[in-house]
Amino acid sequence: MDAKRKNNKAWFLVLPVVFVVAFTAIIPLMAVANYSLQDIQGADNRIFVGLDFFKRVATDPNIQDAFARNLTLSMQVLLIQIPLGIFLARLMPKSGWKASAALVVVAIPLIIPWNVVGTTWRIFTRSDIGLGGVLVNKFTDYNLSESTFDAWVTILVMDTWHWTPLVTLLVYAGLRSIPQAYYQAAAIDGASAMAVFRFVELPKLKRVLMIALLLRFMDSFMMYTEPFVVTGGGPGSSTQTLSILLTTIAIGQFDIGVAGAFSLMYFLFIQIFSFLFFTVLTLDERPGATKVTPKDKRKLREEKEEKPVNSKLKKVLK
Amino acid sequence: MAEIRLEGVAHSYDGGKTYALNPITMTWEDGKAYALLGPSGCGKTTLLNIISGLLKPSEGKVFIDGKDVTDVITDNRNIAQVFQFPVLYDTMSVRKNLEFPLKNRKVSREKITERVNEIAELLGIENDLDSKPSKLRSDLQQIVSLGRGLVREDVSAILFDEPLTVIDQNFKWTLRNRLKRLHVATGVTVVYVTHDQTEALTFADEVLVMDKGSLVQAGTAESLFLEPQHEFVGYFIGSPGMNFLDVEAKSSLLTHNGKEIGKAAKAGLNGSHRFGVRPEFLIPSTKSGLEFKVDRIEDRGVFKLVHLSNDDFKFIAKTEESYEAEVGGKATFSFDPKRAFVYDVNQMAVSTVSPSSEGGN
Ligand SMILES: Nc1ncnc2c1ncn2[C@@H]1O[C@H](COP(=O)(O)OP(=O)(O)O)[C@@H](O)[C@H]1O
Ligand SMILES: [Mg+2]
Repeated sequence: MDAKRKNNKAWFLVLPVVFVVAFTAIIPLMAVANYSLQDIQGADNRIFVGLDFFKRVATDPNIQDAFARNLTLSMQVLLIQIPLGIFLARLMPKSGWKASAALVVVAIPLIIPWNVVGTTWRIFTRSDIGLGGVLVNKFTDYNLSESTFDAWVTILVMDTWHWTPLVTLLVYAGLRSIPQAYYQAAAIDGASAMAVFRFVELPKLKRVLMIALLLRFMDSFMMYTEPFVVTGGGPGSSTQTLSILLTTIAIGQFDIGVAGAFSLMYFLFIQIFSFLFFTVLTLDERPGATKVTPKDKRKLREEKEEKPVNSKLKKVLK
Repeated sequence: MAEIRLEGVAHSYDGGKTYALNPITMTWEDGKAYALLGPSGCGKTTLLNIISGLLKPSEGKVFIDGKDVTDVITDNRNIAQVFQFPVLYDTMSVRKNLEFPLKNRKVSREKITERVNEIAELLGIENDLDSKPSKLRSDLQQIVSLGRGLVREDVSAILFDEPLTVIDQNFKWTLRNRLKRLHVATGVTVVYVTHDQTEALTFADEVLVMDKGSLVQAGTAESLFLEPQHEFVGYFIGSPGMNFLDVEAKSSLLTHNGKEIGKAAKAGLNGSHRFGVRPEFLIPSTKSGLEFKVDRIEDRGVFKLVHLSNDDFKFIAKTEESYEAEVGGKATFSFDPKRAFVYDVNQMAVSTVSPSSEGGN
C-alpha cells in the first residue's frame, strides 16, 4: 500500500507559474471585479451595489447595439477571411524561391502595427486626396465620414487586408504538412479537384482552421485601434465596436463601475464562446476507440485464423 | 487488362544530377503476376509511380496496349495502386472509402454495393464497414487501403507498393494468399513491390530484381536462385547469400592469392573478376577441392550451415542434415560446375566455373 503511494511533490514546480499568472492576470482582473461591484465616489466613500452595474450593462441600449454590431462584424470577418485565406493559400507556390517570396509578400500586412494600419487607411480612403478614396469616387459616391455603409465596408476591407494573411499562412502550413501520398491516392481513385479539396484537404486542415477561426473571432471581436483611427466609430455610432464604446465609458465618462462590469462580461463572453466553439469542433476527437485494448488484441488473434469465405466468393476464387 | 511497355524509361528527381531510375526497357505482359524485389531506396516506388502516371519520367515512354500514355494523367490510365502505408479519407466511413473510386467513375449503385461487399468479405472487414477509419487499428486501416485498390473491376493493372509492411506476420500470409487467389481468379496484371524475398518468390510468376535504380535480372524464382546473372541477385536472394571471392583470371584459370580456385567455361578470360557460389552448391568432397578449416557448424534442423575459412577467405556451405565434421578440423569442399559463376567488373555473370582437380588437371 505504502509503496504505491504517489509522490505529488511535482505540483510545487507549478508554483512559479501560478505566481506569475496571479500578478499578470488574476489580480488585475480582481481589481476590475472590485470596481464592478461597488460604487466608488471618493477615496473613503464606496457603496456595495451588488450586480447593479451588470444589470445596467445588460440593459443599456448603446451597449446592446454595439454588441450586435460587433457580432455582425465578426461573423462577416470570418465569412470573408476564412474562405479567402484558404483560396489564397492554395494558390501559393509550393516550393522554391517563389514560395519564399510569396510568404514574405503575404506576411507584410501582419507585421504593420495597428496604429500605422489605421493611419495609412485613413489617408488612403480620403475622398479628396486618398488614392483609394479618389479612385472609388470615380465609379460611385464614396465618403466614409458621411455614409454608414461606406464606413462599414471600409472597416471590413481594411481588416480583411490586414488579417487574411494570418489565415493564409496557417492554411499554407497546414497544406504543406499533408503527405503527398494523399494526393496520389486521390489521383488513383479518380477524385476531382473539388473532391480532393473536400475529402483530403479540408479534413486535414480542420485543426489549423479551428485555430484560424478562433484567433480571427477573438481579434475581430476585440477590434479597437483601426476603426478608432479611421472612422472614430462613426458616422454616428455605426462603426463603434465594443472596445471603442468601453474606452469611451471608462475614460471619456469615467464611469468605472459600469466599465468594470462591462469588461468582465466582455471577457467572459469571449471565453465562453471560444470554449464552446472549440468543444463542439473537437467532439469527435475525444480519447477512446483508437487505443488497442486487450479485447482488440484477442480479436486480432482470432482474425489471424483464416476465416471461411462465403460461397459466392469461393466460386470466384476457385 | 492490358500490356504495359516501358521504353528507355528513366527518372531523376534533381534535374539530371543523379538518377533514381536508370533507363529501363521492358514489357509487363497481360495477366501475369510480377514481383519487384529490391532493397529500400532502389527505385521501386519511382518505377510504380511512373507506370501509374503519378510521376512523369524524365526520359523514355510508357505504352499501355501499344498506346503512348507518357503524358496521360493517372485518372485516364485506369490503373489501381496501393501504397505502403494506410492512406484513407478520414471523414468517410470504411464503406464510403471503398465506394469512392467507383463513385468517381460513375459505376451504378447496385454494382458498387456488390463490389464493396465482395471486397470487404475477401479482406475480412465486413464488420468494420460502418466505422470511421481513424477508429481502426493501423493494420486494419492498411487493409481498407488495400480494399480501395482492389474494388475497381476492370483495371489495366494493380500495383501494390509493399502493401503488407504494417500487417502482422501471420495475417500477412493469409492476405497474400487471398491476393494471389484473386489474381488467379480475375487474371488482372499485378505488380507487387516488396523487399522481402520470400514474399516475392511465393507471389509472382516472374520476379524482377532491382538494385540502385537498375533492373538487374528478371526471371522465375528458380532461375534467380540457380543462375544469378548479377552479383546483387546472388547476394540478395537466398539465405544466406552467395559466397564471393575476388579472383584473377589468366586464360580462364581463376586464382586467388596464387591459389587455384577453378576454371571458367568461357575461354580466354583475363583480368580481375569475382567468383561466386551459393552455399547450397558448395559440396563436401572426399577427393580434390578447396581446403578449409571448419570454424563453426550451425544446426538449422533440416540443414546445417558450415562456416569455413582458410588463410585467405571465408565461405559458408549449406549441407545436408547428416553432414558431420569436427569443429577446428580440416574439410575439403568442391562445387557444382553448373552453379558456380564468375562475374566481371560490372558485376555481370560471364561464365560458369568448374572446380579444378588437384594438380591443375
Ligand atoms: N519525391 C522525391 N524527391 C527526391 N528524391 C526522391 C523522391 N522520391 C524518391 N526519391 C529518391 O529516389 C530513390 C528511389 O526511391 P524510391 O523509388 O522511393 O525507392 P524504393 O521504393 O525502392 O524504396 C531514393 O534514393 C530516394 O531518396
Ligand atoms: Mg518505396
